[in-house]
Amino acid sequence: MPAPRTAWRAPDGVDLLAAILAVALLGVVILVVSAPLRAARRPSGTESPAQGAEAGEDRVELEAAREAKYREIRDAELDYRTGKLSEEDFAATDGALRAEAVEILDRLGALQREAQENSEAPRAS
Amino acid sequence: MALLGRICLLLALVVCAYGIGASIYGVRSGRLEFSDSGRRSVYALAGILTVAFAVLEVAFLHNDFAFNTVADTSSRTTPTFYKAAAVWSSQEGSLLLWAWLLSLWSSLVLFVTRGRLRDVAAYATAILLGFGGFFISLMVFYAQPFATTSPAPPEGVGLDPLLRFPTMMIHPPMLYSGYTLCTIPLAFGMGALLARRVDAEWIRVIRKFAFAAWFFLGIGILLGARWSYSELGWGGYWGWDAVENASLMPWLTGTAFLHSLMIQEKRGMLKVWNVSLVLATGTLAIMGTFLVRSGVLNSIHAFGGATLGVPFVVLIAVLIASSIYLVVTRRDMLRSEHRLDSLVSREAVFMGNNLVLVALCFVIFWGTYFPLISQALTGQEASVGPPWFDRYTVPLALVLVLLSGIGPVIAWRRATLANARRNFVVPAAVALLTLIVLVLIKGPPTLAEKPFAIAMFCCAAFVFGSIGQEFFRGMRARAAMAGEAPPVALVALVKRNRRRYGGYIVHIGIAVLFVGVAASSSFQHASELGLSPGQSARVGAYTIRYVRPTASVTPDYDSADTQGGRELSAVIRSEPGVTLGPDTARTGASLSLGAVLDVTKGGHHVTTLSPSEGFYDSGDPTQGSVGHFIGGQPVSHVALDAGVTRDVWTAIAPNIETPQLKRIIALGNKTLPFVHPGEGIVAIAAMAGAYMQSPPQAQFHFIVSPLVMWIWIGGLIVGGGGLIAIWPGGRAVYSLRRRVSARSRARAAHGLARA
Amino acid sequence: MNPARKRTVRLVVALSTAVVLAGALIYTSFSAASPALSPTQLLHQAQPGRSYQLTGTVVTHSVAREGAVLDFSVADRAGGAAVPVAYTGTVPDPFREGREVIVTVEKRGGQYVGERNSLITKCPSKYKEAPTPASGGGAPENQSS
Repeated sequence: MPAPRTAWRAPDGVDLLAAILAVALLGVVILVVSAPLRAARRPSGTESPAQGAEAGEDRVELEAAREAKYREIRDAELDYRTGKLSEEDFAATDGALRAEAVEILDRLGALQREAQENSEAPRAS
Repeated sequence: MALLGRICLLLALVVCAYGIGASIYGVRSGRLEFSDSGRRSVYALAGILTVAFAVLEVAFLHNDFAFNTVADTSSRTTPTFYKAAAVWSSQEGSLLLWAWLLSLWSSLVLFVTRGRLRDVAAYATAILLGFGGFFISLMVFYAQPFATTSPAPPEGVGLDPLLRFPTMMIHPPMLYSGYTLCTIPLAFGMGALLARRVDAEWIRVIRKFAFAAWFFLGIGILLGARWSYSELGWGGYWGWDAVENASLMPWLTGTAFLHSLMIQEKRGMLKVWNVSLVLATGTLAIMGTFLVRSGVLNSIHAFGGATLGVPFVVLIAVLIASSIYLVVTRRDMLRSEHRLDSLVSREAVFMGNNLVLVALCFVIFWGTYFPLISQALTGQEASVGPPWFDRYTVPLALVLVLLSGIGPVIAWRRATLANARRNFVVPAAVALLTLIVLVLIKGPPTLAEKPFAIAMFCCAAFVFGSIGQEFFRGMRARAAMAGEAPPVALVALVKRNRRRYGGYIVHIGIAVLFVGVAASSSFQHASELGLSPGQSARVGAYTIRYVRPTASVTPDYDSADTQGGRELSAVIRSEPGVTLGPDTARTGASLSLGAVLDVTKGGHHVTTLSPSEGFYDSGDPTQGSVGHFIGGQPVSHVALDAGVTRDVWTAIAPNIETPQLKRIIALGNKTLPFVHPGEGIVAIAAMAGAYMQSPPQAQFHFIVSPLVMWIWIGGLIVGGGGLIAIWPGGRAVYSLRRRVSARSRARAAHGLARA
Repeated sequence: MNPARKRTVRLVVALSTAVVLAGALIYTSFSAASPALSPTQLLHQAQPGRSYQLTGTVVTHSVAREGAVLDFSVADRAGGAAVPVAYTGTVPDPFREGREVIVTVEKRGGQYVGERNSLITKCPSKYKEAPTPASGGGAPENQSS
C-alpha cells in the first residue's frame, strides 16, 4: 500500500537547518573559489608561470596541427586505395602533405630544443 | 527549505558576478590564479544549483504545497514519476533546469580543458557565467521557483495530463542539454575572437563540444517528434510549429559547422564562416529558448509570461551585436590561408552541404518568424502554414541527401575527374534500379502524383549505393594490405578511420530517416470515422470493426485500504463491464473510456487496437461534486501498432455528452456534497456503467502510415554513427614518423614542384 | 581565366543565385500567408476565397457535432462578435468551450469553413493559477498563451 500522503510537515527548526546548510555551502564555495588565490600567495616556483604556459600552448598548438596533418595523409592514402585518386594525383597530394608535415615537425623540434636550452641555462649559470 | 533555495539563487548570482570579474581580470593581467578562480566559480555554481535543484525535487516528492510551483503543477494523485518530472513543467522550474544543466556542462567542459587554451577558456568562462547569471536573474526577479504561500494549500492542481507521458518528461532535459551545450561553442568562439586565437587547438577542442550539442539537440528533437506522434491525439510527428522549428534551426547550423570545421582544419579556410556559424548556433539556441518561454509567437507550445520577453530580446540583441562586432574587428586574423583547390573536391561538396543547410535554416527562420516580420513590415500579422514550409524544404532536403551520396565518392583536395565519373556508376545504377522497381510496383501515375517522394527514394538509394561501395572498397583495400579476413578488415577499417566511416554511417541514417519521412507523408491513408459497437468501416485496404467499448474508473487511492475505500472499489467493480483503475496508461485518470478495434486487411487479421480517452480531476468545486472528476483536461491515449513496413494508428473521441450521461452528472452534482470526494466517484462509476450498457457512437481518427518506424531507426543510426565518428583514438603517429625520412623529404620536394 | 578571376566569378554567381532565391522566397511568403485576424476583424474584412487565420475564444454552448463536421463559434477574447465555423479534421485534446483557438478559415458563401486539420487549441496555461483563493502569496504566472 502506498505510504500515507500527508504534506511533508517540516520539523520545527527547519529554517535553522536551512540556515546551517546555507552557511556550509557558502563556506565550501569560498574555499573552492579562493584556492588558486591562496596558493599563488605562497612563494612557489622560480619561473614565471605565464611564460611557461605560453611555450606550452605553442607546443600544444603544433601538436594539434601535426595530428591533423597526419590524419590528412592517411585520408589521402585511403582515397587512393578506394579508387578516388589516380596514381599521379595521389603522389602529388601525398608529397605536398608530407612536406607540410615535415615543416610542422621541424617547428616542433625547434621548440623542444629551445625548451631544453631554457631548462639547462639556469643550471649552467 | 525554500529559504535555502532562495539563498542558493542569490549566492549563485554573486558567484557569477565574481567569476566574470575574476576571469576577465585574470586574462588581462596575466595572473593565472584569477583565471583559475574564475573557472572554479563555475564548479561552485554547479554545486550551488545542484543543491537548489535538489531542494525543489524534494519539495515535489514530499508534496510540499507551500511551494507555489509544487501546488501549481503537482498533486497527491500525480504518479511519483511525473511528480519528479513536474519540476521542469513550470516556467520557473524549467529556468532552474536550464541554469543547472548549463552549469553542469560548463563545469565539465572547463574541467576537461583546464590548462589548455588559457586565454580563450577564461573569456569563455566569463561568457558562460554571463548566461548563467542571466537565467538566475530571471529566477530571482521574474519567475521565482522558491516562492511560497502560507498557509500551504492542502492539495495541488496536479500535472497537466497532456504531459503525463514518459517521452514528454524526458524531452525537456534532453532538449535543454542540447540548447545549453550550444552556448558552449558560442562561448569558446567568442573567447577565441576576444583572445585572438582561432587555430588548430581551438578546432580540436570545439569540435567535441559542437558534437555534444548536435547530439543532444538531435535526441531532443527526435524525442519531441516521437512524443507528438505516438502519444498526442494528432497522429503526426512534425507540424512546422514555431517551437519545433526553433529547435531544428540550431541543429542545422550545428551540422553545417561540424562539416565546415573539417575544411578549416585541413586548409585553414572558412574561418569567418565557421566562427559565424558557431555564434549563430548559440544565438539560435537562445532564441529557441526565448520562443518557448515568452509566448511571442502563436504556437501550441508557447507558454510563459510576456514579462520574460523583454529580457530575452535584449540578450539576443546583445549577442547579435557583439558577434558582428567581434567578427568585423578580428577579420584580419580570420583570413583564409589557402583557397579552394578544385570544385571537384570533397571540400567543395562540404561547402555545398553548408550552403544547403544554411538555406534550410533561412527558410525555416523566415517562415517561423514571419508573423513578427509581416507585422513589422506591413502592420498586419500573417502566418505561413505547413504547405509553404514543405514547398521549400523538400527540394532542399533532396539536394542535401544527394550531396551526402556524392561526397563519399570524391577525394579531398583535388579528385581525379575520370575516377570520380567511374565511381558514380554503381550508385547511379542503384538509384535507377530503385526508380524502375518503384514505377513497376506503384505504377507510373504515382510518379506524377508524388514526384518528391519518388525522388527522395531514388536519392536515398544513390546514397546507399555510394556508401556501400565505399565500405566495400575500403574493406577490400584493407584486407589486401593487412591480409585480414573481410569481416575483420571491415571492423578494423572503421576503427582506424572513425571520422570517415562514422560519418558515412550518419549519412546512411539520414537517408533512412528521409525515406521514412517521405513514405509516411506521401503514402499515408487517414480517415475520420464515426462508429458504434459492431459497425465496420473501410480505410484504404483496411477494414476496421468496433468490437466493444471499454471503461475504467480510478478512485483516489488515499482511501483504498479503509472500509469506505473497499466499498468504493466494490461498487465500481459491480458496474457491468467497468474495470477498477488505475487506467492502463497509469496516468491517474478518474475515468477512462475507450474501445477495442479489430483491424483486418484482405480478410487477414492485422491487429487489435485499444485506444482510450482519459478524463481527469480538475479539483474545481464550481464544476460540481461529480463534474470535477472529469472536468479537467481530457487526454487521448492513442493505440499504435508499429510495424516494420507500416504503422496503424488510431485515436478515439468518445461521446460523454449524451443526455443520459449528462443526467447522471447533474444528479450527482445536486445530491452529493463536494466535501466527500469519495462518494462522487460512485456517480462516475455509474456513468461508466451506463456507457458500457448503451455506448454511443464514437469518433475515431484512423491512420495507416508506411515506414514510420524507419524514421526512428534512422535517427538511431545517425546517433550511433556520430558517436563512432567522435570517438577518440586511432593515432597514426608511429608509421608516419618512420616514413618522414630524408628520402621522403626529397620526394616531397619533388612532388611539391610538380603539384 | 586566371584563378583569382575564376574565384570572383564563382562568388558573384553564388551570391546572385542566393539573392534571387531568397527574393523569390520572401516574395511568395507574403502572398501565401494567411493574415491573422480576430473575429471582429474577420467579419469586417474577409473576402471569399482567401484563407485567414482566426484567433479567438470558443463561445460557450456553441459546440455541436454533426457527423464529421464540428460546428463552433469563435469570439474575441474580450467578448463581442462571434464567427460561426464549420470544421472538419482532427480536434486537439485541449479543445473545449472557453479555450483560445487558432483555426484557418475561408469564407464560402455565408459560411466560414475551417481548413482541414488546421485547428490548434492553445495549451491551457501550464503555469496555472491555483484554484483556491487562499493562495494569494505567489505571483500567478499564468497567461493563456
